[in-house]
Amino acid sequence: MISTQPDAGGHFGPYGGRYVPEVLMSPLEELQNVYAEARLDPAFHAELDHLLKTYAGRPTPLYFAKRLSAQLGGAKIYIKREDLLHTGAHKINNCLGQALLARRMGKKRIIAETGAGQHGVATATVCALFGLDCTVYMGEEDMRRQRLNVFRMRLLGATVVPVTSGSRTLKDAISEAMRDWVTNVSHTHYLLGSALGAHPYPAMVRDFHRVIGQEAREQILEAEGRLPDVAIACVGGGSNAIGLFHPFIEDDGVRLIGVEAGGSGAELGLHAARFSGGSPGVLQGTRSYLLQDEDGQIALTHSVSAGLDYASVGPEHAWLHDLGRAEYRSCGDDQAIAAAVTLSRTEGIIPALESAHAVAEAIRIAPEHPGEIFIVNLSGRGDKDIDIYRENLKEMDQA
Amino acid sequence: MTRIAQLFERLRAENRTGMIAYLTAGDPNPESTAGFVASMERAGADLIELGVPFSDPIADGPVIQQAGDRAIKAGTNLARVLAIAAEIRQTSQIPLLLFTYLNPALRYGFERLAKDAKAAGIDGCLLTDVSVEEAGEYVKVMRDAGLDTVFLAAPTSTDARLKLVAEYSSGFIYLVSRTGITGEQDNISSSAMPLVDRMRAITKLPLAMGFGISTPAHVASLAGKVEAVVVGSAIVRQIHSDSSKLEGFLRDLCGPLAGPAA
Repeated sequence: MISTQPDAGGHFGPYGGRYVPEVLMSPLEELQNVYAEARLDPAFHAELDHLLKTYAGRPTPLYFAKRLSAQLGGAKIYIKREDLLHTGAHKINNCLGQALLARRMGKKRIIAETGAGQHGVATATVCALFGLDCTVYMGEEDMRRQRLNVFRMRLLGATVVPVTSGSRTLKDAISEAMRDWVTNVSHTHYLLGSALGAHPYPAMVRDFHRVIGQEAREQILEAEGRLPDVAIACVGGGSNAIGLFHPFIEDDGVRLIGVEAGGSGAELGLHAARFSGGSPGVLQGTRSYLLQDEDGQIALTHSVSAGLDYASVGPEHAWLHDLGRAEYRSCGDDQAIAAAVTLSRTEGIIPALESAHAVAEAIRIAPEHPGEIFIVNLSGRGDKDIDIYRENLKEMDQA
Repeated sequence: MTRIAQLFERLRAENRTGMIAYLTAGDPNPESTAGFVASMERAGADLIELGVPFSDPIADGPVIQQAGDRAIKAGTNLARVLAIAAEIRQTSQIPLLLFTYLNPALRYGFERLAKDAKAAGIDGCLLTDVSVEEAGEYVKVMRDAGLDTVFLAAPTSTDARLKLVAEYSSGFIYLVSRTGITGEQDNISSSAMPLVDRMRAITKLPLAMGFGISTPAHVASLAGKVEAVVVGSAIVRQIHSDSSKLEGFLRDLCGPLAGPAA
């Protein structure tokens, strides 16, 4: 059986661990200890569950996409509606959990990185809710393509700091957030937004998102009387995917499919498909698959979706990949946009560009699997991406 | 005995605090680095940290980060830095410490790195993002090749961690003067001296203090309190702004360290 918990050092097989400058080792130990204590504290879970229910909007529906399924003529496709959560994406699950931990540690300042801006918005939201000071690092390139979310964060009272180094995207925002944390560690909590980084983040962030898979499991049993054949999610850092997958890992009959950003081509620099184009290495605190050159320098990545545009991937996904327990595929920019149009027109649901990658894979394979049941995680809604959809669907945007 | 150990014996005999000088190898191009090192040695540097550029240096501030970007753009990689070390060794016996991040070393391969670094005349290695918990294999391979492994100790480190840092370090221990990234600052943090005292209670290894040391006054405030001071960003900045004044700049920084022998 596959171990679903990391070892004491935060390793998932050969992946994970804790690779950070010494200054951050003690704060990470503190976070690990506080989280370990909170996990065993019923009051912590009661407060988190209450917030998830009354503030974030859980449980989210598991919706049978009848028209989409009929159009494809194969598998029955169910959609887990994380897009209906407060702030428009699954990210709020983790932010509420970590905000409670920050309060437990007495830390009054929160920093975060954001790619698409969904994690930044969710972080700014919980900081407003808890009365915490909030600074969000965001690549300049991502600020340009996700302007609406930048304004949302500011409206919520957060300071958004543009990151101008490197590729000016998620990776650089994480590095900048880590530099801030190194400097202000005594009073600052780094609210990392994906199942990435140094231990305990990958397992902790996953735990806060497991609710996705737990609910989906109960809901599909109720709707269909059996488990799904396939669970599909997009994988940037991989938090929504691991949240969906984790409660199904021990169910051998459930295929787990992660969808990476195929971007605009197979050449290094044009995509963010770490499993097909990368190799193991260490970046930003953890050992996992990386897009890198022959000197170990981290490669530039591309995706139309800012949230998938990252050179590494959560270490637990690397482990599930090597074990063969989960399959990882990629979907290009164009297919993702086409899938977003299809979902919008068959079901009246406009997905986030990230989630559209998962939808695209479901659309691609559903016809080959009649009689099967698919669950697709719709991790976020598409409002934030309207400008990008407009740019890519010019024929719809005529006066 | 490694050149690093010999250096600290000599410093002890001379009753002098040493100067460890960092530069990003390959900034602005690989051809100029050996010349800069020669200038730094003439100015009074006792040990050179050769920074191997990495694309995502989470422990470094903007000065070293940008130097790394320039160096990478100029074609610098780990193999090229080892070639620079060999070039330096043709004319100098100054101790050389490779200073970088784990991923370039992993990609190169520990065994191959240890062998090639030793052959190039490198004396030791510091990987800023390798914690002692993850260091087992790396330390073994480096030590087997006769290379020192230097680790960082920070003001935030618990005593239990400081013990591990001492256990895994050889040559010297690099004390981080403050919580933060590399870069210049006005005052040497008040957290610096308590860390020296805590470390002394644990180890007899020489202690070097770095992060934020950029003026002769900073250097003077640490002289006699640690075995060596480390200057990094200030040197990198000087090389970038006017490398012809590098020697004079570093000589001024070394001024407060001039011991009885000087």
